[in-house]
Amino acid sequence: MPDYSVSDSLPTSLFDIVIVGSGVVGCAMARRFSLEGASVLVIEKEVDILDGASKANSAILHTGFDAPPPGSQEHACIVDGYNEYLDIHSRLNLPLLECGAMVLAWNDAEASRLEQILQDAHRNGVGQARIITQKQILAREPELAACVVAALEIPGESVIDPWSAPYAYLLQALDNGASLVRSCELLDGRFEGDEWLLETNRGRIRGRQVINCAGLYGDRVNQMLTGEPGFEIRPRKGQFVIFDKSASALIQSILLPVPTELTKGVVVCPTIFGNLLVGPTAEEQMSRIDVNVDEQQLRALVEKGRSILPGLVKHEVTATYAGIRPATEHKDYQIKWHPEQNYCCVGGIRSTGLSAALGIAKTVFCQYVDNGGRHTALQHYHWPQVSQIADPGPRDWQQPGNGGIVCHCELVTRREIEQAFEGPIAPRSLAGLKRRTRVCMGRCQGFYCAAELSDLTDGRFVQPIGVDQ
Amino acid sequence: MKASSCRVAIVGGGPSGLAVATELAKMGVDGVVLLEREQDAGGIPRHCGHSPFGFREFHRIMKGPGYASRLVRRAQQHGVSIRTGASVAKIAPAGGLVLSTDDGVERLKAEKIVICTGNRETPRSARLVSGSRPLGVMTTGALQSMVYLKHRRPFKRPLIVGTELVSFSALLTCRHAGIRPVAMIDNQSRITTWQAAAWLPRLLGSRLLMNVELDEICGRERVESVKIRDAAGRVSSLDCDGVVFSGNFVAESSLIRGSHLELDARSGAPAVDQFGRCSDADYFACGNLLHPVDTAGWCWAEGQRIAAYVSASLDQTLPPAERSVTVETESPWIKYFTPQRIALPDSFSAYYHPGLQLRFSEKLQGRLSLCDEHRNLVGHKIRVQPERRVLLSLPASESLSACESLTIEFTPSLEKVP
Ligand SMILES: Cc1cc2nc3c(=O)[nH]c(=O)nc-3n(C[C@H](O)[C@H](O)[C@H](O)COP(=O)(O)OP(=O)(O)OC[C@H]3O[C@@H](n4cnc5c(N)ncnc54)[C@H](O)[C@@H]3O)c2cc1C
Ligand SMILES: Cc1cc2nc3c(=O)[nH]c(=O)nc-3n(C[C@H](O)[C@H](O)[C@H](O)COP(=O)(O)OP(=O)(O)OC[C@H]3O[C@@H](n4cnc5c(N)ncnc54)[C@H](O)[C@@H]3O)c2cc1C
Repeated sequence: MPDYSVSDSLPTSLFDIVIVGSGVVGCAMARRFSLEGASVLVIEKEVDILDGASKANSAILHTGFDAPPPGSQEHACIVDGYNEYLDIHSRLNLPLLECGAMVLAWNDAEASRLEQILQDAHRNGVGQARIITQKQILAREPELAACVVAALEIPGESVIDPWSAPYAYLLQALDNGASLVRSCELLDGRFEGDEWLLETNRGRIRGRQVINCAGLYGDRVNQMLTGEPGFEIRPRKGQFVIFDKSASALIQSILLPVPTELTKGVVVCPTIFGNLLVGPTAEEQMSRIDVNVDEQQLRALVEKGRSILPGLVKHEVTATYAGIRPATEHKDYQIKWHPEQNYCCVGGIRSTGLSAALGIAKTVFCQYVDNGGRHTALQHYHWPQVSQIADPGPRDWQQPGNGGIVCHCELVTRREIEQAFEGPIAPRSLAGLKRRTRVCMGRCQGFYCAAELSDLTDGRFVQPIGVDQ
Repeated sequence: MKASSCRVAIVGGGPSGLAVATELAKMGVDGVVLLEREQDAGGIPRHCGHSPFGFREFHRIMKGPGYASRLVRRAQQHGVSIRTGASVAKIAPAGGLVLSTDDGVERLKAEKIVICTGNRETPRSARLVSGSRPLGVMTTGALQSMVYLKHRRPFKRPLIVGTELVSFSALLTCRHAGIRPVAMIDNQSRITTWQAAAWLPRLLGSRLLMNVELDEICGRERVESVKIRDAAGRVSSLDCDGVVFSGNFVAESSLIRGSHLELDARSGAPAVDQFGRCSDADYFACGNLLHPVDTAGWCWAEGQRIAAYVSASLDQTLPPAERSVTVETESPWIKYFTPQRIALPDSFSAYYHPGLQLRFSEKLQGRLSLCDEHRNLVGHKIRVQPERRVLLSLPASESLSACESLTIEFTPSLEKVP
C-alpha cells in the first residue's frame, strides 16, 4: 500500500510545485508534475476536491472539431488531452463511451452552415467528420424527430465519467508522492526570489513554483500573486436535466445543435452512467457560487429535449443541477508562465476543461522545462485503479462479498461506499460521496437509501446528513 | 454463476408480496420464493411508526413495524421461503430473474413471477423545483426511515409540501422525533386527504397554508429558507431547515422499464388484465406498483386475490390471456386506471375483483361510465378528489364477450363542486 499524504496538517517542507485548486485542471496538473519527478502540493479551499466548475459538466470528451483554430492554446490542449485520455484510461480503469456525435440541422439555414463546420473540423485535424443525410441520421437514431434535415457526424466524440477521471489523475499523483490539503484557501503570497511563501487559512506553505488552477477564482488568485488580475472571470451558468436510465435507449450518439456565436447550445447526450442528459443553458451571472436551478429553465430544457426526441415524454426526470463555466472576456484559454516569478496562471478553462486537462498539464510542463525546469521523471510509477461505477460495468454488485446493495437505483454496494472512505481522498461531504459512488443520484433520490446512508456516513462528513450526528 | 429454480418467484416483500406468498403457500403451492432487497421483509410499513395498519388483516389497528413483522411471521409459518438482501436487477423473458446478493449475481428461474415492487414519492428533482440543492431536502419515505429505523433527525423545523394522507404521516413522524414543521403547504384550496385532517397541523403547532406554491429552496450547505408564492403571486420567505416533498407517488417500475413487459404510459405501471397478468402471461403484478398509492390493507387484499389467479394459472384453469378486450380512455381528467385489459370469458368471477381502479387529477363530480362501441355498459354518478381511489365495477362477463374494446368516459357535471 503506497503511503498517501493527505493530511489535515499542513506540510512545512519546501515543494517544487504548489498547485492552487483541485478542479479537473489542478488534478491533471498534479499528475503530470508528479510523474515528471517534481514534489507537488495541491491545496483546495473547499472541503472536497472537484467542487468548483468541475462539479457539473456535460462529460463529453471533445475531439476539438469545433475548437478555435490550430495555433490556439485551446485547440492544442484539447487534441493532446483527448489523445492522452485514450492512452491512459484503461490503465486507470476509467470508462470511455465511444458513441460519436452528430451536429443536427433542423432547417435549411442550419443545414447550409454544416459545410463551414465540416471545414473547420478538417482544419482542426478531425478528418473523420462528414455530412450525412436525413435518411442516414434516422437509420442511426430512429427515435429522433423526423423533421431533422441533415447532420455533421463526428465519430470520435465520446462520453466519459466527469468525476472519476480527475479523481484518478489526482489519485495517481498522490500515489506517486504528491500531497493534498483540503479546506485550505490561499489568501496571500510573496515571491522571495527563489521561493514562494504562501499564506493560507491554515498557515504558511512554501513552494518553488506556483501554478494557479483556481478555475472560477483564477483572476482573484492572479491578483493576489502578481498584483494584476490578468483577465476577468465572467461566470456562465449551465443548467441540466438528467432523465431516467430507461430513456437512454432512445439515443446512440451525442446530439449537438448547430452552434451560435454565443453558445454551443443544448445537447442531448448519453451519460456514462446510462442516463440521458439535456443541457446546458448558458446564462451570464455575477456570482461564482450560485448554482441554483430555475424551474422555467428546467421546463424549457425538458421541452427542448422532447422536441428533439419525442419519446422522452414517457420518461421521468431523475436529477437537475447546474455548473458554472469559468469564462473570461477572451475566447482562448489564459495559460501564461511568468518565469521571472516562478508562477504560472492556468485560467479561463471555460467549457472544454474536462477534455483538455491532460493536454493543459502537458503544455504547462513543457513550458516549464523550456523555462529551465528540470526533474528526473519517475522510471516506474503506480497506476491506481479507480472503482468501476459506469454503466457498462462490470460493477461491484455483480461480484461476491459486495455487502449487499445500499442504493438500489444506482446499484451501489456497501463495499463500494466503504472503499470510497478507505481511499486516500475520502469524501468529506455527501456531494463528494455521491460523485465517487453515485449513491442517491438515481431516480428515487434517497427515498430508499437515505436512512442507511446516514448510518454508513456517521462521523465522516463536515456537514452530516442528520442534525444530531 | 449460481442458478436455481422455483415454481413462483415474488419480487418485493411488502404487504402485497407477502399476501401473495402466504396465500399461495396456504393453497398448497410448493416452491414459493419471495425476494426482498432490504435486510428485512415488510415493505414500507416497516418504517411507518404510526397507525393505522392491520384492520383488514388482523382486525385491529396497529403501527407499521408491528404490522410488517406480523405479516412476515405469518408468511414464514406457512412455509414461505423469504430471501432478504436479494435485489432483483433484471427481469428476463421465459421466467428468468437476475438477482444481486452479497454473493454476487445469481440467476433464478420460475414458472410464474409476481412483481410487487410498490411505489415511491416524486422527489424534488422530478418536480423541477427552483433553487439551491442543500442538505435537508427529502421525501416522507426517507424521513420516516431515518426517524423510525435509524433514530436520526435530518432537520428540526422543515416545511412539508403536500396534503395527501402521507403528508400527515410526515407530520406525525416529525412529532414523534421532536421535529416541529414550520408549515404544511399545498397549491390547492383544500387539502387532498380527508378534510378532517386539516386541524392536525395547527394542533401540532404548524401552520397550514393553502393556495401556496413552493417557489425556491435557499441555503448553501443546509436548507436555510424557502420562498413561497401565494395565489395572488406574492412571494414571501419562510425560514426553515428542511423540505419534505410528500406524496405524488409513482410506480417503482424500473424493473418493468428494463424488461420485455409492456408499460402503461398513464400509470407508469405494467399493463395488466383483471388477473394482474402482464403482457407476458407468466408474469403478474400486484399492489401499489399498479395503483400509486393505496393503503396497505388494500394491497394485502389484492395480493390474496392475485394468489388465487397465480395458482389457477399454474393449474392452467385461468382464462387464457390471448382473448381480451382493451380498456381505453380519452378523458383528460383521468390520471390513470388499471387493469388495461379484460380477459374473456371471465369465468373467474368466483373471486371477487373490484373492477377498474382509477385516479383523477382534480376534484370533480360527474358521471363515470364504461362503454363499448355501441352503448353504455355500466355507470354511476361520482364525486372525486385527486389521489383517491375510484372504482368502476365491470359488467358481467357475458355482456363483454361481443366487445371489441371498452372505453371509460367521464362527463363532468356543470354545477360547481362544493
Ligand atoms: C455547464 C458546463 C458544461 C461543460 N461541459 C463540458 C464538456 O462536456 N466537456 C468538457 O471537456 N468540458 C466541459 N465543461 C468545462 C469544464 O467543466 C471546465 O472547463 C473545468 O471544470 C474547469 O476546471 P478548473 O479546474 O479550471 O476549475 P474548477 O473546477 O473551478 O477548479 C478550481 C478549484 O480551485 C479552488 N480554488 C479557487 N480559489 C482557491 C484558493 N484561493 N485557494 C485554494 N483553492 C482555490 C476551487 O475551490 C476549485 O476547486 C463544462 C462546464 C460547464 C459549466
Ligand atoms: C410514508 C408512508 C406512510 C404510509 N402510511 C400508511 C398508513 O398509515 N396506513 C396504510 O394502510 N398505508 C400507509 N402507507 C401505504 C402503504 O405503505 C402501502 O400501501 C403498502 O406498503 C404497499 O404495499 P406494497 O407491497 O405494494 O409495496 P411496498 O410496501 O412498497 O413494498 C415493496 C417492496 O418491494 C421491495 N422491492 C422493490 N424493488 C425490488 C427489487 N428489485 N428486488 C427486490 N425487492 C424489491 C421493496 O424493498 C419493498 O420492500 C404509507 C406509505 C408511505 C410511503
